[in-house]
Amino acid sequence: MSPEIRLSTTPAHARHGSSIGQPLTRRDGALKVTGGARYAADNHPEGMVHAVLATSSIARGRVTFLDLDAAKAHPGVLAVMTPANRPPLAEDPDAKLHPFMFRLDLLQNDLVRYAGQPIAVVIAETLEAATEGAALLAPRYETLPARVGLDGDTPFIPAAVGIGNPAEVRIGDVEAGLAGAATRIEAVYETPAQYHNAMEPHAIVAAWDGDALSIDTPSQALAMAQGRIAGLFGIAPDNIHIRSPFLGGGFGSKGFITGPQALGILAARMVGRPVKLVLRREQMYGPVGHRAPTRQRLRLGVGRDGTLTALGHHAKTTSSTYDDFFEPAADVAHTLYASPAIATSHEAVRIDTGTPLFMRAPGEATGSIALESAIDETAWACGMDPLAFRLKNYAEVEPISGKPFSSKALRECYAQGAERFGWSRRPFAPRQMRDEDGLLVGWGMGTATFPALMFQAEARAVLKRDGTGVMESGTHDMGQGAWTAFAQIAADALGLDMARTEFRAGTSDLPDAGIAGGSAHTATAGMAIHHAGAAVIARLADLATGDARSPLFGAGNAGVVARDGRLFRRGDESRSESYGDILARAGLGEIDARGTSAADPDAQASYAMHAHGAVFAEVKVDPDLGQIRATRLVGAFAAGRVINSRLVRSQYYGGMIWGVSFALHEQAVADPRSGRILNANLGEYHIPVNADVPALEALIVEEHDPHVNALGIKGVGEIGVTGTAGAVANAVWHATGRRCRRFPIRLDDLLTGR
Amino acid sequence: MNTFDYVRPASVADAIAAATAPGAAYLAAGTNLLDLMKGDIARPERLVDISRLPGLDRIETLPDGAVRIGALVRNADLAHDALFAKTYPAVAEALLSGASAQLRNAATMGGNLMQRTRCGYFYDVASACNKRAPGSGCDARAGENRLHAVLGWSEACIATHPSDVCVPLAALDAVVEIEGRDGRREMPLEALHRLPGDTPAQDTALAPGDLILAVRLPAEAAGFAANARYLKLRERTSYAFALVSAAAALRLEGGVIAEARLALGGVAAKPWRSRAAEQALAGRRPDDDAFRRAAQAALADARPSGDNGFKIELARRLVARALALAAAGTPERLPALPASPFSSAAGARHVA
Repeated sequence: MSPEIRLSTTPAHARHGSSIGQPLTRRDGALKVTGGARYAADNHPEGMVHAVLATSSIARGRVTFLDLDAAKAHPGVLAVMTPANRPPLAEDPDAKLHPFMFRLDLLQNDLVRYAGQPIAVVIAETLEAATEGAALLAPRYETLPARVGLDGDTPFIPAAVGIGNPAEVRIGDVEAGLAGAATRIEAVYETPAQYHNAMEPHAIVAAWDGDALSIDTPSQALAMAQGRIAGLFGIAPDNIHIRSPFLGGGFGSKGFITGPQALGILAARMVGRPVKLVLRREQMYGPVGHRAPTRQRLRLGVGRDGTLTALGHHAKTTSSTYDDFFEPAADVAHTLYASPAIATSHEAVRIDTGTPLFMRAPGEATGSIALESAIDETAWACGMDPLAFRLKNYAEVEPISGKPFSSKALRECYAQGAERFGWSRRPFAPRQMRDEDGLLVGWGMGTATFPALMFQAEARAVLKRDGTGVMESGTHDMGQGAWTAFAQIAADALGLDMARTEFRAGTSDLPDAGIAGGSAHTATAGMAIHHAGAAVIARLADLATGDARSPLFGAGNAGVVARDGRLFRRGDESRSESYGDILARAGLGEIDARGTSAADPDAQASYAMHAHGAVFAEVKVDPDLGQIRATRLVGAFAAGRVINSRLVRSQYYGGMIWGVSFALHEQAVADPRSGRILNANLGEYHIPVNADVPALEALIVEEHDPHVNALGIKGVGEIGVTGTAGAVANAVWHATGRRCRRFPIRLDDLLTGR
Repeated sequence: MNTFDYVRPASVADAIAAATAPGAAYLAAGTNLLDLMKGDIARPERLVDISRLPGLDRIETLPDGAVRIGALVRNADLAHDALFAKTYPAVAEALLSGASAQLRNAATMGGNLMQRTRCGYFYDVASACNKRAPGSGCDARAGENRLHAVLGWSEACIATHPSDVCVPLAALDAVVEIEGRDGRREMPLEALHRLPGDTPAQDTALAPGDLILAVRLPAEAAGFAANARYLKLRERTSYAFALVSAAAALRLEGGVIAEARLALGGVAAKPWRSRAAEQALAGRRPDDDAFRRAAQAALADARPSGDNGFKIELARRLVARALALAAAGTPERLPALPASPFSSAAGARHVA
């Protein structure tokens, strides 16, 4: 931990016993609200200069001319980096050595493959000079017609969707199930392209010292970033030091080192001085990933008793022309509803866009709004309440695999959420409710789901003679509260109070904490911390139980409990010894141990592991004007063990707000001819403001999961988006009687034809 | 951002002299201009910073009862001036329905009048745009134009004017006081903004160097205080530009509309005053039938400029609603969600 980061070590609330489970406030909260938290772009090393990207205004073609003379002549401009003079790389930016490696635009040639692609970098003494230098380049192009949108080219079936998921999966016979159904629903839903708008844009401050590289940049995966940069620049990972103590939001966009970050490093190499490169807001709309648009066809068949006989979910999406990422939208149908026949399939078109990548609940969010809408349509067609229909088709085992769930408290989520929301008072038919002002009121619901994943991580634990402990793991605080939740796990793992536990995170020289992604960071790094703590306590116990002078002599490892900085003999609290005393007698200043974590392949083979939830939404709609507002949301989520309910609720809130955004607000608008995005700014790329989310509740439903990991943690980061978007859309239908299948729902969708 | 000269004149006369040069632009709060400069849409060679000019930040009541709003009065200061808000509630409501709290704390009256369009093609310097680059064409005409004009547009330009506050100002006969090279003059606010015709680059009737000193609301405008509303439809509940907006003001006498004022926003390159609608309302009882007829009259000349035919019907409905709300009476307190249908009848409640 760098010395300027002074996290609060005093819990805001009195507590007894375990730190895990305490609803502590964020330990970095005071730093953030006072401006003391230093984000990547706040770093200004001695001699630093500024780099600004020049980006392509065409989506497809070739750069034929850059006015280098004009740019270089501008006062303050130091250099212009283009394909002609860019420093060499050890690895082709278009190499793809494994599916988790994505191609980058690092000025490898003059080709343009999407609008907003970096085509040059101007480096100058000031940001203003670099910015103007980039404008003076006035590029000329050889332009080819852009392929834009879901119908931009000929569709094909991708080899895999997401990361390595099969594009087509089926059980049973969907066609037969549909043919034999008493009720059939077929509907097509469209979701738009969404772009990353983390408050903090991608930023990097890079400084070379010979072959050693020092970097400040936000990262959701420090070790992976280190490895990627090492490969590109042909240097040892140990020679790269990355600091990423705070991220101003990640949402998947900072999981991989992006092209612009690597260009910042190249710029520093080129001028031999530290370089800062920060993306402008509109530059986020291209080289840092996005959520691809989808067109999804849902087909459901239901028997006379209200049980599903078939569920078909087909998703069409877009990807770039030069890399493979396909939003796995249809896969959400694998896990939620019991059906003897399920078929999911994907197709895609390659268009002139930056490669779509991970965005909070990639696949789950896009698929969920379509599936939950279709379930709602089907329930109505069957004359069933949407909750009753979902319960009727409740999956007792994972439908696609037949595996039992490691835990699944979805019934309790439905029950608690419905009770809190008042769902039982919902009229069955749409357009039945009005408020006192005459506004239409509608209630809708959706089921939330997200897989409980585990990646790999390491941690190192230290116990010191002064009775304090240190836990090291290069975890990532994206705003979700990692500084706090991991410190809680660390304190418990070391048997210490939080005030005596130093938790070090956020830099690449610490043990690899894996990825803050897939909603798996707390489980993955938390388990490594847990194991490291157990390992160092075991070493300490060996010192004590093997020493005849210790009151614990002869207790054996299994017979010792660590608590409050002491080891106690199990079953005999009168026999104990402090950590400090044990180390002092052994003549040791400190001891350390490492811990690792990874998914348990046996458990994974035996169980389906998912978090679940139920979201209930109220919307109001002006009957004449079509203006829509989500007025009340209640979500109930079961995601295993909760380390810190305050932070978990905040994750649910954030996800649910994104769900509102998905249903009602957010979309990138591209010109159909040029492929350029026309609303690449926060004024017109609409995400919800406070007034769009007046009332929000997240209930934490108790769930014990003995299989996911020893701590029983599932993820909470992404699930809130799922379920919510569909719940809001279904509420709009219930308010108006109008089924909108293109998202976001716009007020004119509610006007036409009336 | 190009290199530019920055001057901070001490007087209006110095400002006008400095801004008369080709390529000069006035800078007040910069909430629009600086964004345009960062995006290379505007490349002024000289910024004339008028933000410290003395005497332009006052709200004054003149001897004849008119209210004079200095060009540097901030949106938030004007909207929260108790006497002003009581006298011109639709203006206050429009001010508070625009932008965000931070922007309202900075943005000035003069700047409101001088806002440029939000047309995405105007902002995208690689697109053809006759407003930004005269003669280059209009990519909006066959492009993404769902939000564009349905009144007063031309083949050369289908952009709209984004200001909220200009809409009630136009309805209430506001007058703009201007000082230029040839001295002081004034014009109705309605005449300030131009329809595009063949020369859309020219947003306003101002000549180089012309400086807006103040906006004046005549004494008669206060006569609508009891029945005046601004209503705005947008794609989120706050911090969004209008899809369509309307300012409606009525002077009721003996249960009859003695005089009506109506202007629309988000439909044309200028705030769109509809005298036809006003005439249709005069002498009528304030009922739904009258409001519907007025709405028909207001949109009689409307035609889609692209994929935006819905805005015409939406504007009709909005006009009828705004008139109904005005007839119901100005709320005692400004609604917590100003200009939103979600606080239409519920007064100040935020959570409807």
